[in-house]
Amino acid sequence: MRRVAGILAPLLLLTIVAFVVVGAEGSWSFVLPFRGRRLAALVLVGFAIAVSTVIFQTITENRILTPSILGFDALFVLIQTVLVFEIGSSALGRIPPVAQFLGEIVVMVVLSTLLFRWLFGGARRSIHLLVLVGIVLGVFFRSISAFLQRLIDPNEFTVLQDRLFASFNAVEPDLLLISAIILVVTSVVLWRMRHDLDVLTLGRDLSTMLGADHRHLVLRLLIVVSVLVSVSTALVGPITFFGLLVASLTYQITGTHRHAANLPVAVALAVIALVGGQTVLEHVFGLATVLSVIIEFIGGIVFILLVTRGTRR
Amino acid sequence: MIDIVGVTKTYGSVVVVDDVDLRIPAGGITSIIGANGAGKSTLISMVSRLLTAERGTITVDGHDVAATKSDELARRLAILRQENHLAARLTVRDLVAFGRYPHSRGRLTTLDRAQIEQAIDYLDLDALTDRYLDELSGGQRQRAFVAMVLCQNTDYVLLDEPLNNLDMSHAVEMMRILRRAADELGKTIVMVVHDINFASTYSDHIVAMKDGRVLHQGPPADVIEPGPLREIFGIDVAVHVIDGHRIGVYYS
Repeated sequence: MRRVAGILAPLLLLTIVAFVVVGAEGSWSFVLPFRGRRLAALVLVGFAIAVSTVIFQTITENRILTPSILGFDALFVLIQTVLVFEIGSSALGRIPPVAQFLGEIVVMVVLSTLLFRWLFGGARRSIHLLVLVGIVLGVFFRSISAFLQRLIDPNEFTVLQDRLFASFNAVEPDLLLISAIILVVTSVVLWRMRHDLDVLTLGRDLSTMLGADHRHLVLRLLIVVSVLVSVSTALVGPITFFGLLVASLTYQITGTHRHAANLPVAVALAVIALVGGQTVLEHVFGLATVLSVIIEFIGGIVFILLVTRGTRR
Repeated sequence: MIDIVGVTKTYGSVVVVDDVDLRIPAGGITSIIGANGAGKSTLISMVSRLLTAERGTITVDGHDVAATKSDELARRLAILRQENHLAARLTVRDLVAFGRYPHSRGRLTTLDRAQIEQAIDYLDLDALTDRYLDELSGGQRQRAFVAMVLCQNTDYVLLDEPLNNLDMSHAVEMMRILRRAADELGKTIVMVVHDINFASTYSDHIVAMKDGRVLHQGPPADVIEPGPLREIFGIDVAVHVIDGHRIGVYYS
Protein backbone atom coordinates (compact mmCIF):
# COMPACT_ATOMS: atom_id res chain seq x y z
CA MET A 1 0.00 0.00 0.00
CA ARG A 2 2.85 2.36 0.84
CA ARG A 3 4.44 1.47 -2.51
CA VAL A 4 1.21 2.32 -4.34
CA ALA A 5 1.03 5.68 -2.58
CA GLY A 6 4.71 6.27 -3.39
CA ILE A 7 3.97 5.92 -7.10
CA LEU A 8 0.53 7.53 -7.27
CA ALA A 9 1.23 10.66 -5.22
CA PRO A 10 4.16 11.97 -7.35
CA LEU A 11 2.29 10.98 -10.52
CA LEU A 12 -0.74 12.92 -9.36
CA LEU A 13 1.37 15.97 -8.57
CA LEU A 14 3.20 15.72 -11.90
CA THR A 15 -0.05 15.53 -13.88
CA ILE A 16 -1.48 18.54 -12.10
CA VAL A 17 1.69 20.61 -12.57
CA ALA A 18 1.85 19.59 -16.23
CA PHE A 19 -1.75 20.64 -16.73
CA VAL A 20 -1.08 24.08 -15.28
CA VAL A 21 2.36 24.73 -16.77
CA VAL A 22 2.61 23.05 -20.19
CA GLY A 23 2.23 25.54 -23.01
CA ALA A 24 1.45 28.40 -20.66
CA GLU A 25 1.99 31.76 -22.36
CA GLY A 26 1.34 35.27 -21.19
CA SER A 27 0.72 36.57 -17.72
CA TRP A 28 0.35 34.09 -14.83
CA SER A 29 -2.39 36.20 -13.33
CA PHE A 30 -4.50 35.15 -16.30
CA VAL A 31 -3.25 31.60 -16.79
CA LEU A 32 -3.55 30.50 -13.15
CA PRO A 33 -7.21 31.35 -12.53
CA PHE A 34 -8.19 30.18 -16.03
CA ARG A 35 -6.50 26.82 -15.79
CA GLY A 36 -7.16 26.55 -12.07
CA ARG A 37 -10.91 26.59 -12.67
CA ARG A 38 -10.73 23.82 -15.21
CA LEU A 39 -8.38 21.87 -12.99
CA ALA A 40 -10.86 22.19 -10.12
CA ALA A 41 -13.67 20.92 -12.35
CA LEU A 42 -11.63 17.92 -13.44
CA VAL A 43 -10.62 17.08 -9.87
CA LEU A 44 -14.18 17.37 -8.52
CA VAL A 45 -15.65 15.25 -11.29
CA GLY A 46 -12.91 12.64 -10.95
CA PHE A 47 -13.51 12.47 -7.22
CA ALA A 48 -17.29 12.16 -7.54
CA ILE A 49 -17.18 9.47 -10.21
CA ALA A 50 -14.46 7.39 -8.54
CA VAL A 51 -16.03 7.41 -5.10
CA SER A 52 -19.59 6.85 -6.31
CA THR A 53 -18.59 3.89 -8.45
CA VAL A 54 -16.54 2.15 -5.74
CA ILE A 55 -19.36 2.54 -3.22
CA PHE A 56 -22.01 1.50 -5.69
CA GLN A 57 -20.08 -1.65 -6.50
CA THR A 58 -19.70 -2.41 -2.80
CA ILE A 59 -23.39 -2.14 -2.05
CA THR A 60 -24.48 -4.06 -5.13
CA GLU A 61 -21.79 -6.72 -4.47
CA ASN A 62 -20.91 -6.59 -8.13
CA ARG A 63 -17.87 -5.25 -9.88
CA ILE A 64 -19.30 -4.69 -13.32
CA LEU A 65 -22.14 -2.34 -12.35
CA THR A 66 -21.80 1.43 -12.21
CA PRO A 67 -24.28 4.09 -11.07
CA SER A 68 -25.15 4.87 -14.67
CA ILE A 69 -26.88 1.49 -14.69
CA LEU A 70 -29.48 3.06 -12.40
CA GLY A 71 -30.33 5.38 -15.27
CA PHE A 72 -28.72 8.50 -13.82
CA ASP A 73 -27.15 9.81 -16.99
CA ALA A 74 -30.36 9.06 -18.83
CA LEU A 75 -32.27 11.03 -16.21
CA PHE A 76 -29.83 13.91 -16.64
CA VAL A 77 -30.36 13.89 -20.40
CA LEU A 78 -34.11 13.81 -19.88
CA ILE A 79 -34.04 16.78 -17.48
CA GLN A 80 -31.99 18.81 -19.93
CA THR A 81 -34.19 17.82 -22.85
CA VAL A 82 -37.40 18.67 -21.02
CA LEU A 83 -35.94 22.02 -19.98
CA VAL A 84 -34.99 22.99 -23.53
CA PHE A 85 -38.22 21.58 -24.91
CA GLU A 86 -40.50 23.35 -22.46
CA ILE A 87 -38.73 26.63 -21.78
CA GLY A 88 -36.57 27.07 -24.86
CA SER A 89 -32.85 27.70 -24.89
CA SER A 90 -33.04 31.49 -24.75
CA ALA A 91 -35.31 31.56 -21.69
CA LEU A 92 -33.16 28.88 -20.06
CA GLY A 93 -30.12 31.10 -20.49
CA ARG A 94 -31.76 33.63 -18.18
CA ILE A 95 -32.02 31.23 -15.21
CA PRO A 96 -28.84 31.56 -13.12
CA PRO A 97 -26.60 28.51 -13.57
CA VAL A 98 -26.34 27.92 -9.81
CA ALA A 99 -30.12 27.62 -9.54
CA GLN A 100 -30.22 25.25 -12.50
CA PHE A 101 -27.44 23.19 -10.97
CA LEU A 102 -28.98 22.85 -7.53
CA GLY A 103 -32.32 22.12 -9.13
CA GLU A 104 -30.86 19.29 -11.14
CA ILE A 105 -29.17 17.77 -8.08
CA VAL A 106 -32.37 18.01 -6.05
CA VAL A 107 -34.45 16.43 -8.81
CA MET A 108 -32.00 13.58 -9.25
CA VAL A 109 -31.56 12.86 -5.54
CA VAL A 110 -35.30 13.05 -4.87
CA LEU A 111 -36.16 10.73 -7.74
CA SER A 112 -33.50 8.20 -6.88
CA THR A 113 -34.31 8.24 -3.17
CA LEU A 114 -37.99 7.74 -3.96
CA LEU A 115 -37.03 4.81 -6.12
CA PHE A 116 -34.93 3.28 -3.32
CA ARG A 117 -37.63 3.92 -0.73
CA TRP A 118 -40.12 2.17 -2.90
CA LEU A 119 -37.78 -0.75 -3.53
CA PHE A 120 -36.41 -1.09 -0.01
CA GLY A 121 -39.56 -0.24 1.95
CA GLY A 122 -41.80 -3.04 3.19
CA ALA A 123 -40.75 -6.54 2.25
CA ARG A 124 -37.14 -7.23 1.48
CA ARG A 125 -36.36 -7.02 -2.20
CA SER A 126 -33.14 -7.89 -3.88
CA ILE A 127 -30.58 -5.46 -5.17
CA HIS A 128 -30.88 -7.24 -8.51
CA LEU A 129 -34.46 -6.11 -8.80
CA LEU A 130 -33.28 -2.57 -8.12
CA VAL A 131 -30.70 -2.79 -10.87
CA LEU A 132 -33.23 -4.25 -13.30
CA VAL A 133 -35.65 -1.45 -12.52
CA GLY A 134 -32.76 0.97 -13.13
CA ILE A 135 -32.09 -0.49 -16.55
CA VAL A 136 -35.76 -0.36 -17.50
CA LEU A 137 -36.07 3.21 -16.27
CA GLY A 138 -32.87 4.15 -18.15
CA VAL A 139 -34.39 2.89 -21.39
CA PHE A 140 -37.62 4.69 -20.53
CA PHE A 141 -35.82 8.01 -19.88
CA ARG A 142 -33.75 7.66 -23.03
CA SER A 143 -36.80 6.91 -25.15
CA ILE A 144 -38.68 9.98 -23.92
CA SER A 145 -35.59 12.11 -24.51
CA ALA A 146 -35.18 10.74 -28.03
CA PHE A 147 -38.83 11.38 -28.74
CA LEU A 148 -38.70 14.98 -27.51
CA GLN A 149 -35.46 15.60 -29.38
CA ARG A 150 -37.19 14.63 -32.66
CA LEU A 151 -39.90 17.16 -31.98
CA ILE A 152 -37.84 20.22 -31.18
CA ASP A 153 -36.53 22.88 -33.50
CA PRO A 154 -33.13 21.97 -35.07
CA ASN A 155 -31.50 25.11 -33.64
CA GLU A 156 -32.68 24.25 -30.17
CA PHE A 157 -31.41 20.71 -30.71
CA THR A 158 -27.91 22.04 -31.40
CA VAL A 159 -27.99 23.95 -28.12
CA LEU A 160 -29.21 20.84 -26.33
CA GLN A 161 -26.52 18.64 -27.83
CA ASP A 162 -23.93 21.11 -26.68
CA ARG A 163 -25.25 20.85 -23.13
CA LEU A 164 -25.31 17.07 -23.19
CA PHE A 165 -21.76 16.33 -24.23
CA ALA A 166 -19.28 16.20 -21.40
CA SER A 167 -17.16 19.30 -21.48
CA PHE A 168 -14.68 20.43 -18.90
CA ASN A 169 -14.15 23.84 -20.48
CA ALA A 170 -17.40 25.56 -19.79
CA VAL A 171 -17.99 25.13 -16.04
CA GLU A 172 -19.23 28.04 -13.95
CA PRO A 173 -16.97 29.04 -11.02
CA ASP A 174 -19.94 29.31 -8.65
CA LEU A 175 -20.89 25.72 -9.41
CA LEU A 176 -17.39 24.59 -8.57
CA LEU A 177 -17.60 26.07 -5.09
CA ILE A 178 -20.94 24.44 -4.31
CA SER A 179 -19.79 21.09 -5.68
CA ALA A 180 -16.59 21.29 -3.65
CA ILE A 181 -18.57 21.89 -0.45
CA ILE A 182 -20.90 18.97 -1.20
CA LEU A 183 -17.98 16.67 -1.91
CA VAL A 184 -16.09 17.64 1.25
CA VAL A 185 -19.15 16.89 3.38
CA THR A 186 -19.77 13.53 1.72
CA SER A 187 -16.15 12.50 2.05
CA VAL A 188 -16.19 13.19 5.79
CA VAL A 189 -19.34 11.08 6.08
CA LEU A 190 -17.82 8.27 4.03
CA TRP A 191 -14.51 8.28 5.85
CA ARG A 192 -16.31 7.71 9.11
CA MET A 193 -18.23 4.84 7.53
CA ARG A 194 -15.18 3.18 5.98
CA HIS A 195 -15.23 0.09 8.22
CA ASP A 196 -18.95 -0.35 7.67
CA LEU A 197 -18.27 -0.17 3.94
CA ASP A 198 -15.69 -2.93 4.33
CA VAL A 199 -18.23 -5.17 6.06
CA LEU A 200 -20.79 -4.54 3.31
CA THR A 201 -18.43 -6.17 0.80
CA LEU A 202 -19.33 -9.46 2.51
CA GLY A 203 -22.90 -9.17 1.29
CA ARG A 204 -26.23 -8.88 3.05
CA ASP A 205 -26.26 -12.08 5.09
CA LEU A 206 -22.73 -12.00 6.41
CA SER A 207 -22.80 -8.29 7.18
CA THR A 208 -26.12 -8.68 9.01
CA MET A 209 -24.68 -11.62 10.89
CA LEU A 210 -21.80 -9.38 11.96
CA GLY A 211 -24.25 -6.86 13.32
CA ALA A 212 -24.22 -4.25 10.54
CA ASP A 213 -27.58 -2.62 9.86
CA HIS A 214 -27.45 -3.60 6.19
CA ARG A 215 -30.69 -1.98 5.06
CA HIS A 216 -30.00 1.42 6.57
CA LEU A 217 -26.37 1.43 5.51
CA VAL A 218 -27.26 0.63 1.92
CA LEU A 219 -30.00 3.24 1.82
CA ARG A 220 -27.71 5.91 3.25
CA LEU A 221 -24.94 5.00 0.83
CA LEU A 222 -27.30 5.01 -2.14
CA ILE A 223 -28.26 8.59 -1.26
CA VAL A 224 -24.58 9.51 -1.11
CA VAL A 225 -24.04 7.84 -4.46
CA SER A 226 -26.94 9.71 -6.03
CA VAL A 227 -25.59 13.05 -4.73
CA LEU A 228 -22.14 12.29 -6.11
CA VAL A 229 -23.42 11.15 -9.48
CA SER A 230 -25.66 14.20 -9.66
CA VAL A 231 -22.72 16.49 -8.99
CA SER A 232 -20.58 14.93 -11.67
CA THR A 233 -23.29 14.64 -14.33
CA ALA A 234 -24.61 18.12 -13.64
CA LEU A 235 -21.09 19.55 -13.87
CA VAL A 236 -19.99 17.96 -17.12
CA GLY A 237 -22.66 15.57 -18.40
CA PRO A 238 -22.69 11.79 -18.62
CA ILE A 239 -19.43 9.82 -18.71
CA THR A 240 -20.62 6.25 -18.65
CA PHE A 241 -17.55 4.08 -18.51
CA PHE A 242 -15.08 6.21 -16.63
CA GLY A 243 -16.10 5.00 -13.18
CA LEU A 244 -15.86 1.36 -14.22
CA LEU A 245 -12.42 1.94 -15.64
CA VAL A 246 -11.15 3.62 -12.50
CA ALA A 247 -12.74 1.18 -10.06
CA SER A 248 -11.44 -1.91 -11.86
CA LEU A 249 -7.93 -0.50 -12.03
CA THR A 250 -8.13 0.32 -8.35
CA TYR A 251 -8.98 -3.23 -7.30
CA GLN A 252 -6.18 -4.54 -9.52
CA ILE A 253 -3.66 -2.18 -7.95
CA THR A 254 -4.61 -2.39 -4.27
CA GLY A 255 -5.63 -6.06 -4.13
CA THR A 256 -7.64 -5.40 -1.00
CA HIS A 257 -11.28 -4.88 -0.04
CA ARG A 258 -10.47 -2.02 2.35
CA HIS A 259 -12.16 1.24 1.48
CA ALA A 260 -9.56 3.19 3.43
CA ALA A 261 -7.19 2.15 0.63
CA ASN A 262 -9.53 1.77 -2.35
CA LEU A 263 -11.32 5.12 -2.12
CA PRO A 264 -8.16 7.33 -2.11
CA VAL A 265 -6.50 5.23 -4.83
CA ALA A 266 -9.61 5.41 -7.01
CA VAL A 267 -9.76 9.19 -6.60
CA ALA A 268 -6.07 9.55 -7.44
CA LEU A 269 -6.44 7.39 -10.56
CA ALA A 270 -9.52 9.28 -11.68
CA VAL A 271 -7.85 12.66 -11.28
CA ILE A 272 -4.67 11.48 -13.03
CA ALA A 273 -6.71 10.09 -15.93
CA LEU A 274 -8.92 13.16 -16.31
CA VAL A 275 -6.27 15.85 -15.82
CA GLY A 276 -3.62 13.94 -17.78
CA GLY A 277 -6.11 13.10 -20.52
CA GLN A 278 -7.19 16.70 -20.82
CA THR A 279 -3.52 17.87 -21.01
CA VAL A 280 -2.82 15.36 -23.78
CA LEU A 281 -6.02 16.34 -25.54
CA GLU A 282 -5.13 20.04 -25.52
CA HIS A 283 -1.49 19.84 -26.43
CA VAL A 284 -1.23 16.68 -28.52
CA PHE A 285 -4.57 16.49 -30.30
CA GLY A 286 -5.04 20.25 -30.29
CA LEU A 287 -8.58 19.89 -28.93
CA ALA A 288 -9.58 18.01 -32.08
CA THR A 289 -11.93 15.79 -30.04
CA VAL A 290 -13.57 15.71 -26.60
CA LEU A 291 -12.17 14.00 -23.52
CA SER A 292 -15.32 11.97 -22.98
CA VAL A 293 -14.94 10.39 -26.43
CA ILE A 294 -11.48 9.11 -25.52
CA ILE A 295 -12.66 7.92 -22.10
CA GLU A 296 -15.68 6.12 -23.51
CA PHE A 297 -13.52 4.47 -26.16
CA ILE A 298 -10.95 3.11 -23.71
CA GLY A 299 -13.62 2.41 -21.07
CA GLY A 300 -15.69 0.43 -23.54
CA ILE A 301 -12.76 -1.79 -24.39
CA VAL A 302 -11.99 -2.36 -20.70
CA PHE A 303 -15.64 -3.19 -20.06
CA ILE A 304 -15.66 -5.85 -22.77
CA LEU A 305 -12.42 -7.30 -21.42
CA LEU A 306 -13.89 -7.43 -17.92
CA VAL A 307 -17.07 -9.12 -19.06
CA THR A 308 -15.31 -11.74 -21.14
CA ARG A 309 -12.56 -12.41 -18.63
CA GLY A 310 -14.68 -12.22 -15.50
CA THR A 311 -17.20 -14.91 -16.41
CA ARG A 312 -16.42 -16.88 -13.28
CA ARG A 313 -18.04 -14.16 -11.18
CA MET B 1 -30.82 -21.35 25.68
CA ILE B 2 -32.68 -20.65 22.44
CA ASP B 3 -36.43 -20.49 22.91
CA ILE B 4 -38.67 -20.71 19.87
CA VAL B 5 -42.36 -20.15 20.53
CA GLY B 6 -45.13 -20.47 17.93
CA VAL B 7 -42.91 -19.47 15.01
CA THR B 8 -44.40 -19.54 11.51
CA LYS B 9 -42.96 -18.58 8.14
CA THR B 10 -44.61 -18.74 4.73
CA TYR B 11 -43.31 -18.09 1.25
CA GLY B 12 -46.34 -17.06 -0.75
CA SER B 13 -48.95 -19.70 0.06
CA VAL B 14 -46.42 -22.34 1.10
CA VAL B 15 -45.95 -22.76 4.83
CA VAL B 16 -42.26 -23.59 5.39
CA VAL B 17 -42.15 -23.37 9.16
CA ASP B 18 -45.45 -24.18 10.80
CA ASP B 19 -46.09 -23.00 14.36
CA VAL B 20 -42.86 -24.41 15.76
CA ASP B 21 -42.19 -24.56 19.51
CA LEU B 22 -38.66 -25.62 20.32
CA ARG B 23 -36.21 -25.18 23.14
CA ILE B 24 -32.53 -25.64 22.29
CA PRO B 25 -30.49 -26.09 25.48
CA ALA B 26 -27.31 -24.11 26.09
CA GLY B 27 -24.07 -26.02 25.59
CA GLY B 28 -23.20 -28.95 23.36
CA ILE B 29 -24.08 -29.69 19.79
CA THR B 30 -27.65 -29.76 18.56
CA SER B 31 -28.22 -31.16 15.08
CA ILE B 32 -31.32 -30.46 13.02
CA ILE B 33 -32.13 -33.23 10.56
CA GLY B 34 -34.93 -33.72 8.08
CA ALA B 35 -35.70 -34.08 4.39
CA ASN B 36 -35.12 -31.29 1.87
CA GLY B 37 -37.67 -28.55 2.29
CA ALA B 38 -38.52 -29.49 5.88
CA GLY B 39 -37.83 -25.91 7.01
CA LYS B 40 -34.50 -26.50 8.79
CA SER B 41 -32.53 -23.72 7.11
CA THR B 42 -35.44 -21.32 7.32
CA LEU B 43 -35.75 -21.99 11.04
CA ILE B 44 -32.11 -21.26 11.84
CA SER B 45 -32.17 -18.24 9.51
CA MET B 46 -35.00 -16.87 11.63
CA VAL B 47 -33.13 -17.62 14.84
CA SER B 48 -30.24 -15.59 13.46
CA ARG B 49 -32.55 -12.74 12.29
CA LEU B 50 -31.58 -13.14 8.62
CA LEU B 51 -35.24 -13.88 8.01
CA THR B 52 -38.10 -12.45 10.03
CA ALA B 53 -40.74 -14.73 11.47
CA GLU B 54 -44.32 -13.95 10.53
CA ARG B 55 -45.66 -15.11 13.86
CA GLY B 56 -44.12 -16.18 17.12
CA THR B 57 -41.09 -15.14 19.11
CA ILE B 58 -37.51 -16.34 19.27
CA THR B 59 -35.30 -15.51 22.22
CA VAL B 60 -31.60 -16.21 22.67
CA ASP B 61 -30.63 -16.16 26.36
CA GLY B 62 -33.75 -14.08 26.97
CA HIS B 63 -33.04 -11.56 24.19
CA ASP B 64 -35.84 -11.31 21.67
CA VAL B 65 -34.19 -11.70 18.27
CA ALA B 66 -36.65 -9.35 16.57
CA ALA B 67 -36.22 -6.58 19.14
CA THR B 68 -32.55 -6.77 20.09
CA LYS B 69 -30.18 -4.46 18.26
CA SER B 70 -28.33 -6.22 15.50
CA ASP B 71 -24.85 -5.41 16.79
CA GLU B 72 -25.78 -6.57 20.28
CA LEU B 73 -27.02 -9.85 18.87
CA ALA B 74 -23.84 -10.22 16.80
CA ARG B 75 -21.88 -10.52 20.03
CA ARG B 76 -24.08 -13.42 21.21
CA LEU B 77 -24.85 -15.38 18.11
CA ALA B 78 -23.08 -16.15 14.86
CA ILE B 79 -24.40 -17.94 11.81
CA LEU B 80 -22.82 -19.42 8.74
CA ARG B 81 -25.11 -20.12 5.82
CA GLN B 82 -24.57 -22.66 3.09
CA GLU B 83 -23.41 -20.44 0.30
CA ASN B 84 -21.17 -17.46 0.70
CA HIS B 85 -20.36 -15.67 -2.52
CA LEU B 86 -18.03 -12.75 -2.16
CA ALA B 87 -17.71 -9.98 -4.71
CA ALA B 88 -14.39 -8.81 -3.32
CA ARG B 89 -11.17 -10.78 -3.24
CA LEU B 90 -10.27 -11.40 0.39
CA THR B 91 -7.37 -13.17 2.00
CA VAL B 92 -8.06 -15.75 4.69
CA ARG B 93 -6.76 -13.40 7.37
CA ASP B 94 -8.98 -10.53 6.13
CA LEU B 95 -12.02 -12.80 6.27
CA VAL B 96 -11.26 -14.11 9.75
CA ALA B 97 -10.60 -10.54 10.94
CA PHE B 98 -14.19 -9.62 10.00
CA GLY B 99 -15.27 -11.85 12.88
CA ARG B 100 -14.03 -9.10 15.22
CA TYR B 101 -16.24 -6.42 13.65
CA PRO B 102 -19.09 -6.80 16.20
CA HIS B 103 -16.57 -6.13 18.96
CA SER B 104 -14.22 -3.55 17.50
CA ARG B 105 -16.09 -1.98 14.57
CA GLY B 106 -13.07 -2.43 12.34
CA ARG B 107 -10.50 -0.82 14.64
CA LEU B 108 -8.56 -3.90 15.71
CA THR B 109 -6.97 -3.96 19.15
CA THR B 110 -4.17 -6.28 20.28
CA LEU B 111 -6.81 -8.47 21.88
CA ASP B 112 -8.64 -8.69 18.55
CA ARG B 113 -5.44 -9.63 16.77
CA ALA B 114 -4.75 -12.36 19.31
CA GLN B 115 -8.26 -13.76 18.79
CA ILE B 116 -7.76 -13.74 15.02
CA GLU B 117 -4.52 -15.71 15.34
CA GLN B 118 -6.19 -18.11 17.74
CA ALA B 119 -9.08 -18.79 15.35
CA ILE B 120 -6.68 -19.30 12.45
CA ASP B 121 -4.70 -21.70 14.57
CA TYR B 122 -7.83 -23.52 15.76
CA LEU B 123 -8.84 -24.36 12.20
CA ASP B 124 -5.30 -25.13 11.15
CA LEU B 125 -5.17 -22.36 8.56
CA ASP B 126 -1.71 -21.00 9.46
CA ALA B 127 -0.20 -21.93 6.12
CA LEU B 128 -3.03 -20.27 4.20
CA THR B 129 -3.47 -16.91 5.95
CA ASP B 130 -2.28 -14.76 3.06
CA ARG B 131 -3.93 -16.76 0.30
CA TYR B 132 -6.99 -15.36 -1.46
CA LEU B 133 -10.24 -17.25 -0.85
CA ASP B 134 -10.81 -17.88 -4.55
CA GLU B 135 -7.50 -19.75 -4.66
CA LEU B 136 -8.59 -22.26 -2.02
CA SER B 137 -10.40 -25.57 -2.32
CA GLY B 138 -14.00 -25.83 -1.17
CA GLY B 139 -12.98 -27.48 2.09
CA GLN B 140 -10.31 -24.89 2.89
CA ARG B 141 -12.74 -22.06 2.15
CA GLN B 142 -15.33 -23.66 4.40
CA ARG B 143 -12.77 -23.82 7.19
CA ALA B 144 -11.89 -20.15 6.67
CA PHE B 145 -15.55 -19.18 7.09
CA VAL B 146 -15.86 -21.32 10.21
CA ALA B 147 -12.72 -19.60 11.54
CA MET B 148 -14.42 -16.23 11.02
CA VAL B 149 -17.48 -17.42 12.90
CA LEU B 150 -15.39 -18.75 15.80
CA CYS B 151 -13.36 -15.51 15.81
CA GLN B 152 -16.63 -13.69 16.44
CA ASN B 153 -16.46 -15.46 19.79
CA THR B 154 -20.17 -15.78 20.41
CA ASP B 155 -21.80 -18.18 22.83
CA TYR B 156 -24.08 -19.47 20.10
CA VAL B 157 -22.87 -20.68 16.71
CA LEU B 158 -25.41 -21.64 14.04
CA LEU B 159 -24.19 -23.56 11.01
CA ASP B 160 -26.23 -24.39 7.94
CA GLU B 161 -24.81 -27.59 6.49
CA PRO B 162 -21.19 -27.08 7.51
CA LEU B 163 -20.28 -30.45 5.97
CA ASN B 164 -21.44 -29.47 2.51
CA ASN B 165 -18.69 -29.88 -0.09
CA LEU B 166 -16.38 -31.62 2.35
CA ASP B 167 -14.88 -35.02 1.69
CA MET B 168 -14.92 -37.75 4.37
CA SER B 169 -11.70 -36.75 6.08
CA HIS B 170 -12.50 -33.01 6.06
CA ALA B 171 -16.04 -33.66 7.26
CA VAL B 172 -14.75 -35.69 10.19
CA GLU B 173 -12.14 -33.05 10.92
CA MET B 174 -14.76 -30.30 10.86
CA MET B 175 -16.95 -32.24 13.30
CA ARG B 176 -13.99 -32.78 15.62
CA ILE B 177 -13.25 -29.06 15.59
CA LEU B 178 -16.88 -28.26 16.37
CA ARG B 179 -16.95 -30.89 19.10
CA ARG B 180 -13.82 -29.34 20.61
CA ALA B 181 -15.33 -25.85 20.37
CA ALA B 182 -18.38 -27.11 22.24
CA ASP B 183 -16.39 -29.00 24.89
CA GLU B 184 -13.38 -26.73 25.45
CA LEU B 185 -14.81 -23.28 24.66
CA GLY B 186 -18.28 -24.01 26.01
CA LYS B 187 -20.06 -22.94 22.83
CA THR B 188 -23.60 -23.88 21.93
CA ILE B 189 -23.52 -25.21 18.41
CA VAL B 190 -26.68 -25.66 16.36
CA MET B 191 -26.30 -27.11 12.93
CA VAL B 192 -28.28 -28.41 10.03
CA VAL B 193 -26.91 -31.77 8.85
CA HIS B 194 -28.04 -34.12 6.14
CA ASP B 195 -26.01 -37.15 7.12
CA ILE B 196 -27.87 -38.79 10.00
CA ASN B 197 -24.74 -40.70 11.01
CA PHE B 198 -22.73 -37.52 11.55
CA ALA B 199 -25.65 -36.17 13.56
CA SER B 200 -25.87 -39.39 15.55
CA THR B 201 -22.14 -39.66 16.27
CA TYR B 202 -21.28 -36.07 17.20
CA SER B 203 -24.36 -34.42 18.65
CA ASP B 204 -25.79 -34.26 22.13
CA HIS B 205 -29.25 -33.44 20.94
CA ILE B 206 -31.10 -34.07 17.69
CA VAL B 207 -34.11 -32.20 16.38
CA ALA B 208 -35.98 -33.81 13.47
CA MET B 209 -38.21 -31.69 11.26
CA LYS B 210 -40.78 -32.61 8.65
CA ASP B 211 -43.07 -30.34 6.63
CA GLY B 212 -42.25 -27.30 8.75
CA ARG B 213 -42.87 -28.98 12.08
CA VAL B 214 -40.68 -30.55 14.75
CA LEU B 215 -41.43 -34.26 14.62
CA HIS B 216 -38.99 -35.68 17.16
CA GLN B 217 -36.31 -34.40 19.45
CA GLY B 218 -34.01 -35.79 22.06
CA PRO B 219 -30.64 -37.50 22.45
CA PRO B 220 -29.41 -39.61 19.48
CA ALA B 221 -30.59 -42.78 21.25
CA ASP B 222 -34.20 -41.58 20.99
CA VAL B 223 -34.22 -40.16 17.49
CA ILE B 224 -31.85 -42.47 15.61
CA GLU B 225 -34.30 -45.37 15.76
CA PRO B 226 -36.01 -47.15 12.85
CA GLY B 227 -39.47 -45.91 13.89
CA PRO B 228 -38.78 -42.17 14.10
CA LEU B 229 -36.45 -42.23 11.08
CA ARG B 230 -39.16 -43.81 8.97
CA GLU B 231 -41.55 -41.05 9.96
CA ILE B 232 -38.97 -38.35 9.26
CA PHE B 233 -37.59 -39.49 5.91
CA GLY B 234 -40.23 -41.91 4.71
CA ILE B 235 -37.76 -44.74 4.08
CA ASP B 236 -36.71 -47.79 6.08
CA VAL B 237 -33.50 -47.29 8.02
CA ALA B 238 -31.85 -50.13 9.90
CA VAL B 239 -30.01 -48.87 12.99
CA HIS B 240 -26.91 -50.72 14.24
CA VAL B 241 -24.76 -49.91 17.23
CA ILE B 242 -21.15 -49.87 16.07
CA ASP B 243 -18.37 -48.90 18.50
CA GLY B 244 -20.98 -47.30 20.72
CA HIS B 245 -22.43 -45.10 17.94
CA ARG B 246 -25.86 -45.56 16.47
CA ILE B 247 -25.38 -45.92 12.72
CA GLY B 248 -28.29 -45.88 10.30
CA VAL B 249 -28.03 -48.02 7.19
CA TYR B 250 -30.36 -46.84 4.46
CA TYR B 251 -28.70 -48.16 1.30
CA SER B 252 -31.26 -50.76 0.38
